[in-house]
Amino acid sequence: MNELALLLAATLGAGTPLAIAGMGLLLNERAGVLNLGAEGLMLIGAVTGFACAFHTGNDWLGFGAGAAAGAVVAAGFGWLVIWLNTNQYATGLAISLFGGGFSAFVGTSYVGRKLVERGDYSIPLLRDLPFLGTALFRQHPTICLTVVLVGAVAWGLYRTRAGLVLRSIGESPESAHALGYAVRRIRLLAVVSGGALCGVSGAYLSVVYAPLWVEGMVAGRGWIALALTVFATWRPARVLLGAYLFGGVTMLQLHLQARGVQLPLQFMSMLPYLATIAVLVLISRNPLWIRVNMPASLGKSFFPGS
Amino acid sequence: MGALSPLIALLVTVTVAGVLFVALGKDPAQGLSVFLFQPWNGVRAVTELGLKATPLILCALGLAVCFRANVWNIGAEGQFLLGAIGGGGLALWATTNGAVVGRWAFFPLLIAAGALAGAFWAAVVAWLRDRFNASEILVSLMLVYVADLLLNYLVFGPWKDPKGWNFPQTMSFSAVTEVPRLVRGMRLNWGFPLALALAVVLWLFLFRTYRGMQLQVGGPAPAAARYAGFSSRSALWTSLLVSGGLAGIAGAFEVAGPMGQLTPYVSNGYGFTAIIVAFVGRLHPLGCVLSSVLLAMFVIGGELAQTRIGLPAALTGVFQGVLLLSLLACDTLIHYRPRWMTSR
Repeated sequence: MNELALLLAATLGAGTPLAIAGMGLLLNERAGVLNLGAEGLMLIGAVTGFACAFHTGNDWLGFGAGAAAGAVVAAGFGWLVIWLNTNQYATGLAISLFGGGFSAFVGTSYVGRKLVERGDYSIPLLRDLPFLGTALFRQHPTICLTVVLVGAVAWGLYRTRAGLVLRSIGESPESAHALGYAVRRIRLLAVVSGGALCGVSGAYLSVVYAPLWVEGMVAGRGWIALALTVFATWRPARVLLGAYLFGGVTMLQLHLQARGVQLPLQFMSMLPYLATIAVLVLISRNPLWIRVNMPASLGKSFFPGS
Repeated sequence: MGALSPLIALLVTVTVAGVLFVALGKDPAQGLSVFLFQPWNGVRAVTELGLKATPLILCALGLAVCFRANVWNIGAEGQFLLGAIGGGGLALWATTNGAVVGRWAFFPLLIAAGALAGAFWAAVVAWLRDRFNASEILVSLMLVYVADLLLNYLVFGPWKDPKGWNFPQTMSFSAVTEVPRLVRGMRLNWGFPLALALAVVLWLFLFRTYRGMQLQVGGPAPAAARYAGFSSRSALWTSLLVSGGLAGIAGAFEVAGPMGQLTPYVSNGYGFTAIIVAFVGRLHPLGCVLSSVLLAMFVIGGELAQTRIGLPAALTGVFQGVLLLSLLACDTLIHYRPRWMTSR
């Protein structure tokens, strides 16, 4: 029983960064902007978050710094794709490549550094619950806050006027423009908040999950988060579910190893990537299903007044 | 005007680089000379530049074809690694079993092994896209990580040099397997002229054949392509197989050329740099050759910056990112006239 609780705890820990980044990308994509720069934003968030947590000794400041860095770079991305109408694929790729280089450059002096020992995160009373205590409440509070975040995004998207406007811009920016909504500004807002969430996700990886800074440490999670939004057919709750599923796959390899399964380490490490491909194949094989759920203007530029 | 954009982007990047050098407390003139002039300083340096440009040309040519066909293959890195595994595997086999053929007979075999392995990796992407409609962007990228782990498995496991003090590398390949060199005493090899020849071939294919035209119409005008009856499936398969094959050849040349053995660090990120090369080269085969040389300068400059002025080699990545971002911005600013207005 305890082993299962620990496995669940590890799964949630591994799924959380995917869920946070997935939420950010969901906001982007619901507004019609495809951000292939997620990997780069996460790397920049990771290195900034780590640097800040290293110098201040405070995780939350690290998270804040990661969010700010992600937001600033995402604002640049937003300016390019929303105002200059550059190709969203190419620009996102450029952000990913830039993020990889920039984070490696900034992070050179932080490689091998250790964060100060942190206090106990467990929540009093709740941590003593028989099963859930171990599974949920003895970990970093981000794990629980992520669930709150997903709930908030879901509520915001489907139960508020602002969410309705955001979704309508993702479906048909022309109609939203005709109704008098500031399509570009709202898109930029979505891109910036999405970037901030990607930054937080990166900071979680370097400050809490790892906790250290290594070049390229995000290891494709930004791309997996992008795949998650497709898998979830752009619904917040399903993104969370998918994130935990992938967290489970990541943990499964460690679990199998501990059980003494004779498979080379490298093949086990392939599991999350192969799982992403498998999931994409399964979910995409029905083109109608994708077309019905995908925000109709996803990846397309919008020219006001045209 | 479109051809001007890379030059302006380069200017922006150089300016950013100069400012960055000042901010880091280095002499900007010295810093820029390391990136812009040192790679051209002397015959040996120029041949090294050609050597570094070769894999970039090969990968970027394939990507240019893909991007023109609106196929977003961003996994050239993975296809490169598979080519390195294919070419490296063949060279390793020839080394352990004693080569049965001469150097010039082995060269085409090496090319075939690399091309087949790379094309196979790209074919997986094409098949999943064609049959299951899975996004080629995500699949090709995921396969980069899979290829990297596969390479790691091989060099840490079955292919490890038994006399290599447990280093993750294969044994050094025998001399027969080496890509024939162009000039005695220099590392530059026949891969470079071959890459140039392939650039011309692809230029002919894209702009002088009916099939090449069919392939490109699907990019900017998918509706027109459908109306004309041009198959988007054929464009998908052709572009991915060409791109995978070329990246695979690049990988094979790298292991059997300057490396001489298979290690986990065979790539240096060529497949990702090639994305920038393709865009800076305006997705034009001949433009890609020029931009490969430019980006190769950046790669060599980054290495020199590390040894000569003590800056991290990761600087190259920053400059590459800035170059591509400013290029994309320039394109819009050249084609459209900015006008301040209060429209939202």
